[in-house]
Amino acid sequence: VVLIEPDFGLHILFIFYSIMLHDFTPLLTAVARPLFLKSASCIIQRDESPMEKGLSGLRGRDFELSDVFYFSKKGLEAIVEDEVTQRFSSEELVSWNLLTRTNVNFQYISPRLTIVWVLGVIVRYCVLLPLRLTLAFIGISLFVIGTTLVGQLPRSSLKNLLSEVVHLTCCRICVRALSGTIHYHNRQYRPQKGGICVANHTSPIDVLILTTDGCYAMVGQVHGGLMGIIQRAMVKACPHVWFERSEMKDRHLVIKRLKEHIADKKELPILIFPEGTCINNTSVMMFKKGSFEIGATIHPVAIKYNPQFGDAFWNSSKYNMVSYLLRVMTSWAIVCDVWYMPPMTREEGEDAVQFANRVKSAIAVQGGLTELPCGVGFEGNGSLKAEGNLQTCSYLSPAVIILKKTSKLDRK
Amino acid sequence: MGSRSSHAARIPDVDSIRRETGFSQASLLRLYHRFRALDRTGKGYLSRMDLQQIEALAVNPLGDRIIDSFFPDGSLRLDFPGFVRVLSHFRPVDEEEDGNRDPKEPEPLNSRMNKLRFAFQLYDLDRDGKISRHEMLQVLRLMVGVQVTEEQLESIADRTVQEADEDGDGAVSFLEFTKSLEKMNIEQKMSIRILK
Repeated sequence: VVLIEPDFGLHILFIFYSIMLHDFTPLLTAVARPLFLKSASCIIQRDESPMEKGLSGLRGRDFELSDVFYFSKKGLEAIVEDEVTQRFSSEELVSWNLLTRTNVNFQYISPRLTIVWVLGVIVRYCVLLPLRLTLAFIGISLFVIGTTLVGQLPRSSLKNLLSEVVHLTCCRICVRALSGTIHYHNRQYRPQKGGICVANHTSPIDVLILTTDGCYAMVGQVHGGLMGIIQRAMVKACPHVWFERSEMKDRHLVIKRLKEHIADKKELPILIFPEGTCINNTSVMMFKKGSFEIGATIHPVAIKYNPQFGDAFWNSSKYNMVSYLLRVMTSWAIVCDVWYMPPMTREEGEDAVQFANRVKSAIAVQGGLTELPCGVGFEGNGSLKAEGNLQTCSYLSPAVIILKKTSKLDRK
Repeated sequence: MGSRSSHAARIPDVDSIRRETGFSQASLLRLYHRFRALDRTGKGYLSRMDLQQIEALAVNPLGDRIIDSFFPDGSLRLDFPGFVRVLSHFRPVDEEEDGNRDPKEPEPLNSRMNKLRFAFQLYDLDRDGKISRHEMLQVLRLMVGVQVTEEQLESIADRTVQEADEDGDGAVSFLEFTKSLEKMNIEQKMSIRILK
């Protein structure tokens, strides 16, 4: 991998930090998972058939000597563990698992645990944060410099190759900067050129996570500030589809430009997040149908974060970008799974909305997320937003229940 | 983690219990917690009433008999070693352990023979070593009694005894019991696996 280093000292520093964070994170996740994450609820492994089933089974056929085994086993199971114990043991054993940022949700806190938590905070803020900030800085500056340099070259396959190298390297550095451990599943279905990649959206980091495994063309608004610098740099090296704010309102223009991009089969796959906003990673909101009208092959991707190591959800009404990034960088790690799924195309007689729902279901099933039904949207700040024609959707009351559940799961 | 310190040293005679029953230290600790939880008044031992208060056991047709098996010889107090001794009958059979076993030592409590003996005792109330027709009828009444008439019960009892009885004495001895169940996977049906 070609790296462009300003000077030797920085080179050494970079390697050291990179190794430390690269080795530290998988080690942490591998060790921490069995040690700290104890399932506290069950003592015995039981088959869940209730006794009524066993009794009624007897009615159906003749009694045998061996029937006593079933009842004695059930009886002994009850002696070892019944509903009452489970309630007690859950309450007493659920204590802080040493990994989440705060321990206010747990009933059991002792001086010993508090000390461990304080140590954890010190490590996270004083050791991990500076390392990560340095790496992030190195990553972003390398990216900007690299893409500017590559942008000087004329359009050729060499340029594409180099731009890919720069993209991948710098994204990998940035992911290390967040201590990210990503597991990719089914890599044979990785999005191909000339298609559209569709994924569920939880945080701005989604982009980083997907880009470490392949290059995509991004779609979005032009921002100012640091994001704007990065966007402009990206566009120099390979074509992305950036829109001015005014252009975003014009749907037809957006679709026209996307179609132009897709028509060129040599172009990178476009990355789109159809939910339109960040969701808290427990459910998949209704997909906006715009991206599904274009008529290209859709490659769905499901992203699921493991909330025990770090909460990646960006509640845009609660935190701004900087405080969000600070939170992410002071968590232990970002652990997530990415599932690539087989490509889907719109079938005969299916309109864009139905197609969008089909893709949404597939992603929800793969990622283990609940599905918010049609007509109901979920704002990042937890309020209910009804869209479209409510009369067409008879799921309104279950939706409220699902939302109540997801808001409980919404961690600090 | 948790409020209880994980010291198995708090269990009295933990080593001898471990040797006798074959439970691991972790399992014994969990069972000890369960014992203490069942002992609501903190007596240090369990009485019949403590076990009778378990709801799931109260609806079990064999509930009373299972409780009786914990209090052999008419005793009124159940201490922790006794508690674990009965439960160890249901410990899953460890294949490796079985192979390495020293044949001179007594059979482990969770062997097939001992599991069968436990089941046999649930039938054999007067402990005379045989299940008579009368005892069979009583068990049937417990298990199936509500939905079946008395004549049907008697005929089922007769049939069951006849099928198992080989020497024609009208009762099922332990050996006959074992023989009629020799094809059954007792090790799996009578095993409760304690999670780590």
